[in-house]
Amino acid sequence: MSPVAAPDQIIPGIEDVVADANLHKHGTDPIADQTMVINMGPQHPSTHGVLRLVLEIDGETVVSLAPDIGYLHTGIEKTCEAKFYQQVVPLTDRIDYLSPMTNNTAYALAVEKLLELEIPEKAQWLRVLFNELMRINSHLVWLGTHAMDIGALTVFLYCFREREQLMRIFEAVSGQRMMTSYIRIGGVSLEPPLGLFEAIRAFLLDFPSKIDQYESLLTGNPIWINRLKGVGYITPEDAIALGVSGPPLRAAGIDFDLRRDMPYSSYEKFQFKVPVTTESDVWARYVLRMEEMRESVKICLQALDGMPEGRIVADAPKIILPDREQMKTQMESLIHHFKIVTEGFAVPAGEATSSVEAAHGMMNYYVVSDGTAKPYRVHMRNADFANLQALETMCKGRLLADVVAVIGSLDIVLGAIDR
Amino acid sequence: MAPAIFGTQAVFEAFPDEPAVKALSHLATDAKFDRGELTLTVARENIVAACQAVKQAGYNFFEDVTAVDWYPSEPRFQVSYSFLSHALKRRLRLVVRLVGDDASLDSITGAWPAANFYEREVFDLFGIHFGGHPNLRRIMMPEDWKGNPLRKDYPVEGYR
Repeated sequence: MSPVAAPDQIIPGIEDVVADANLHKHGTDPIADQTMVINMGPQHPSTHGVLRLVLEIDGETVVSLAPDIGYLHTGIEKTCEAKFYQQVVPLTDRIDYLSPMTNNTAYALAVEKLLELEIPEKAQWLRVLFNELMRINSHLVWLGTHAMDIGALTVFLYCFREREQLMRIFEAVSGQRMMTSYIRIGGVSLEPPLGLFEAIRAFLLDFPSKIDQYESLLTGNPIWINRLKGVGYITPEDAIALGVSGPPLRAAGIDFDLRRDMPYSSYEKFQFKVPVTTESDVWARYVLRMEEMRESVKICLQALDGMPEGRIVADAPKIILPDREQMKTQMESLIHHFKIVTEGFAVPAGEATSSVEAAHGMMNYYVVSDGTAKPYRVHMRNADFANLQALETMCKGRLLADVVAVIGSLDIVLGAIDR
Repeated sequence: MAPAIFGTQAVFEAFPDEPAVKALSHLATDAKFDRGELTLTVARENIVAACQAVKQAGYNFFEDVTAVDWYPSEPRFQVSYSFLSHALKRRLRLVVRLVGDDASLDSITGAWPAANFYEREVFDLFGIHFGGHPNLRRIMMPEDWKGNPLRKDYPVEGYR
C-alpha cells in the first residue's frame, strides 16, 4: 500500500472543496450566481502559513467559506501512543506552541487523575504562575499579529519586545525559550532559580504600563475602530452551538471560565475577575483579551506573594525521577531512575479527561490507559479547532477584508488544529 | 477522590438527582463513575436520542467526540462524546461501542452543530462512518489517503 499520491492529487482541487456542502448552498451554478471561488492561504500572511480558506465571494462580499486544514500533519496523537507517559510531555509543547506550559499542565492533570496522584501545593502554585505568564505570552503574539494583519506594524514590535522578556523568564526556569516542557507528571521539573521571582515581579509591575502603551496606539485609533467594530458578529446561541470557547465565547456575553467555575491547580485560592463583553464582534474580543492580560498580572502577583514552601514534585519514587544528588548515595534512587527511564511507569487502566482554560479557550486532554507504561490513546481537544468552525458564521455577508480581522480575533494556532 | 462505582444500577442509585442519569434512565446500557467522571454507555441506535436527552438535562455545551480502537478485541471501537454544563459546572461522557466490521452510527450534527468537524476527524482517522452527516469528508488527511492512521493496526510510522 502506498500512501504517496501524485502532487496534484494531494491538495484537493477547488472543485472538490466547492462540492463541499457548505459551498453553493444558495444555488448550483457559480457562473449564474455571479460568484467567484478564491483561495486565501495557505501562503496568505493572515492564515499563518498552514491554513487554506476556500472563499466564495460575490464582488467583495463573502458568500460562503470552507476551511481546508491538515497541512501540518503532525501525527501527534498517534506518536503519543508509541511513547512512555513521561515522553509525551515534550510532544504536548508542540500542540499550541504559544502556551506550551498550559498544554503540559492539561496533559499532566489527566495522567495524574489516572494515577490518583497528590500534587504538592508549591508545584500547583508554580503551575498557576507559569500558566498565567503563558496566557500573557500568547496574548502578546495574538495582539502583535492581529494588529499586523490589519496593518499596524509598531504594535507587533512592541509586543515582541515584552515577549522577549517572558522568553528569558521561561529560559531561566526550564532551559528552553519555547518548548519548555517545564510542567511534568507529578509536579514541575525544576526549582525556579534564585532571583527569578524578583525578575518576574519586575516584569509584572512594569507590564501594565506597556498594555497602556498598546492601547494608546490602538483603542482610540479610527482605523482600528472601523476595522474591528461590528465585524465578525456571532450570536451567543450560535457560539455555544458551534462549540466556541475562550475569549470569543466570553466576548459573546457567556460568563464561563474554567479557572473560576471548575478550578484546577489551586486556582480557587486566587482572586481575579473574568472579563466578559457582550458585543460579540472583533472589537469585543480585543477589549476582552487586553483586560485578561491585566487580570493575569494580578494572578501572577498573588502567586509570587503567597508562594508556598515545600516540594515541587509529588512523593512517588516509582513515577518521579529521583534527585540527582540522591542517586549518588542511594541505590534505590539509582534503580528507580533506571527503571523509569528505560521502562516508564505503569498507569492504572481507565480513562480521564482534564480541562484547562488556555489562552485560546478550553483545552481538554482525554487519556485512556490500558494499564501499561504507554498511553493507549491521547486525544487533544483544543479551542482553536472548534473556534475555526465558527469562522464561516462570523464572516458570511461581510467583506473579504473582514475575514483577515476575524481570523485574527479567533487567535488560532494551527499546531492545535491539525493532528 | 470519590471511590469508583461501576454498573448501571449502582451509579443510578448513587446519583439519583443527576439530571443526565434521570434523562438517560431508559437509554443507558452501562454506567460508571470513575476518577470523579461520570460515563454512560448507550446503544448506537440511541445516540441521537441520548444526545438530545442530555441537552434537555442541562448539558448545554458539546466539547468533542473521539474514538478508541480496542483492536483486536470486539466490540472494537469506543466512540466517546464529551458534554459540559455551564450551569451545573459538570462534565458528562457518553460512550457507544461499535463492532469492527460495522463501524457506523448516526451523526449528532442535527442536535449539536459543533460535532461537524469532530465527526469528520473520527471518520478520517478511525474510519467510523457517521450517517446523516452533512459533509462527511476527510479533514486532516488528503482525500485519496489509504487507511485510517489512528487505527491500532495502522503502523505508527505509516506504510513504507
